[in-house]
Amino acid sequence: MNIKNDHTKAVEQAKESEKDPAYQAQFLSFTLGDESYAVDILSVQEIRGWEPVSRVPNVPVYEKGVINLRGAIVPIIDLREKFGMQHQGYSALTVVIILQMDHRRTGVVVDAVSDVLDVDERTIQKTPDFGAVISTEYITGLISAHDKMVMLLDVKRLLHLEPLEKTNR
Amino acid sequence: MIPIDMAQFHQVFFEESLEGLDIMESGLLNLDKDNMDAETINTIFRAAHSIKGGSGTLGFTVLSDFTHLMETLLDEMRDGRRQVSHKAVNVLLGAVDCLREMLDAIQQGQVIDKHAVAEHKQQLQQELNTLNVSEITEPVTVINHPLVPQSQLESSSAQGWKIDFTPHRDMFRTGNDPVRILRELQELGELSIVLNLQELPDVYTMNPETCYLSWQLELKGAIDKALIEDIFDWVEDECDLSINALHPSSISAELDTPLLDENKTIFSPYSQKDTNTTTTVSSELFPQEPEKTVEKNIKSSSSIRVETGKIDALVNMVGELVITQSMLSLIGENFDLSKLDQLKNGLEQLERHTRILQENVMNIRMMPISFVFSRFPRLVHDLSTKMGKKIELIMKGEQTEVDKTVIEMIADPLVHLVRNSLDHGIEIPKQRIAAGKPATGTVILEAYHRGGNIVIEVKDDGKGLDKDILRAKAIEKGLIDEGTILTEKQTFELIFMPGFSTAEALSDISGRGVGMDVVRRNIQSLGGNIDIQSELGKGSTISIYLPLTLAILDGQSVAIGNECYIIPLSSIFESISISEEQVNRIVEQGETFRLRDEYIPIVRMHEVFNIPSAKARHISDGIVVVVEGQGVKCGLFVDDLLGQQQVVIKSLEQNYRKIEGISGATILGDGSVALILDIPGLIRLAQNKNA
Repeated sequence: MNIKNDHTKAVEQAKESEKDPAYQAQFLSFTLGDESYAVDILSVQEIRGWEPVSRVPNVPVYEKGVINLRGAIVPIIDLREKFGMQHQGYSALTVVIILQMDHRRTGVVVDAVSDVLDVDERTIQKTPDFGAVISTEYITGLISAHDKMVMLLDVKRLLHLEPLEKTNR
Repeated sequence: MIPIDMAQFHQVFFEESLEGLDIMESGLLNLDKDNMDAETINTIFRAAHSIKGGSGTLGFTVLSDFTHLMETLLDEMRDGRRQVSHKAVNVLLGAVDCLREMLDAIQQGQVIDKHAVAEHKQQLQQELNTLNVSEITEPVTVINHPLVPQSQLESSSAQGWKIDFTPHRDMFRTGNDPVRILRELQELGELSIVLNLQELPDVYTMNPETCYLSWQLELKGAIDKALIEDIFDWVEDECDLSINALHPSSISAELDTPLLDENKTIFSPYSQKDTNTTTTVSSELFPQEPEKTVEKNIKSSSSIRVETGKIDALVNMVGELVITQSMLSLIGENFDLSKLDQLKNGLEQLERHTRILQENVMNIRMMPISFVFSRFPRLVHDLSTKMGKKIELIMKGEQTEVDKTVIEMIADPLVHLVRNSLDHGIEIPKQRIAAGKPATGTVILEAYHRGGNIVIEVKDDGKGLDKDILRAKAIEKGLIDEGTILTEKQTFELIFMPGFSTAEALSDISGRGVGMDVVRRNIQSLGGNIDIQSELGKGSTISIYLPLTLAILDGQSVAIGNECYIIPLSSIFESISISEEQVNRIVEQGETFRLRDEYIPIVRMHEVFNIPSAKARHISDGIVVVVEGQGVKCGLFVDDLLGQQQVVIKSLEQNYRKIEGISGATILGDGSVALILDIPGLIRLAQNKNA
């Protein structure tokens, strides 16, 4: 019953794995607090440990600053803070996922990387209006893995930067 | 069509040709100054010749035909057969312009302005022909190779040659046959032959090996005398020959069409006559679109021509680097403390080589500013004639090297400034003499290095800026209020405001009021600055300050809390430590302090950038760095000065966003990122915070 809707929802991801007729897609899952999230694995460039950032003035708090990624200046976003969760201190175990979208690279800070999930796109469920901590605008769908719910994130939306006017001062 | 393997050379050809045109232009302008120098003409000729050669090879017939005419004219000048007249030089200058437009059009796949081309061709042809009439001695043009179809020539039968040909009696003995000569002549044009048999004895006394005949020939058509002479070349010494022009009075009037052979008459001004042959060549080269005015595409070329010397230096340095590297790896292979000295030496060498290598690589992007300056003699020449002013242009420091991007971006603003100087600055000779100045005005264009900047100055000895007029104008245009008090500098800077123009009448040279603000914006977008000095009646100087290169800058790193920021060294005046008593607080306006005779606002960086970790809260704890951005000075209050270093500018926007007050980022020696301050932006930011 849900298949049709899900298909339209996941059409973007389906495009990238068009070669696969069986709707196979891979997602990288990670955790923030008690919740599991996943992003399309094709948008992941690399996974790094936390390193100190250079702070950038007058930007939203969740934009932690910039790092030197082999000569390129890459911003780091704290997903916990962006999603309005309690901020946790950074340690050597904190993980930064470098995501790439439209030739822009951004690092996102997450608690831990869990798994690479093979997902049949037809099993992706539509996002219900539920009371998760994050607003549903970043979520494209739900899957279940190891009997747990995993939220699929829309990388493009996630990396879109809010205009500064609102956040200045 | 042009085969693909040729197309790859097009870009190079265009670049070379445009360069050649620049050479021709500057050479011609030198000639113009009654400076008859054989080498100059040679240079111009060579440039024309290579354009012709190149365009011929690549199949741009239109270009090669056109250049050929120019080349012929130049060739005569070179050989001293023709006096260098003012008119001829102007015609050639016009032709250079025309050629440049043709090149642009071809390069961008647009339609060539046929009328303009035809016009210039006609002028060139006329110039060539004036010689044909006045001193018919030497080959003038080889345009019409012998095989011009007769039918073509009939249209202009007005010109031709009368030839009296009387062979000597023993001509046959040298193997020359008059019939052959006559046939060849016939190929040149319409030939009417009158045979003279008077000398012929009766058949019994006649020696068959002796030539008794003579001919009177009339050859019609615009034929080069040299060609006829060529034909008689072999028998020159064995005959009495006279070649005279037929109807010389009508020669110069109507000459163009027959000179070009059939499928090249596309640009003939007499297009009514031969419309059917009009497009044979152009259809190949250019899309057949209706002629329209196409906006000039300002696309700068992406390739760069580098002096071989620079590349050699680079190769050398890389070689050295490789040697150093192998030395270091040798030391590292089985390292013990005894090799510490060697290691130190090696690292020092590495550092030195890296630095030189970096300098050399940067150097590749540097071009002498003469690439921009070279267009000005022409501009001044044309405009001063147009405006009836006498102007001398002096250029200094043309060899000053600037980054390629700067060269490309600075050209238009500079043209604007020079035009302004010519139009508004320099007075007409009468006024100048009345003011006790020499009738000839002087415009000085100068470029030089100062600190980390390159300075370009446009200086004129004209009437200067009138503060009262500027002020009145600004009030009239509603740009400032009646009561506004302006310093001298601020008054001058009014001309940079959008919509400000002081010209009484609009001319096509300047005065549309859009220029100066665009000029300033362009220069600011390069990270530069513009400054005016002027004295009424004495002249004005406009100085442009530009960063030497856009990819690297000398920076002063400063600490604010545990963060490090880079201030461009070129914007720093001084760094001082001041005490609390020196600070004046103005209610709602922030703080200032007195530096000699100026009051300078203080910008507390930790407040502007919200840096909680900042240590210095009291003015005496930190350091004030006095900087200037867009003519505004201010003191940045920071914790400490760290050190000066060259930094490579990295884009913050590529992966992130534009941050106000930050112009970019750089990577420090320890691999961490430091932000580079954008001083003008920072001052704006601070003003907004206070407001």
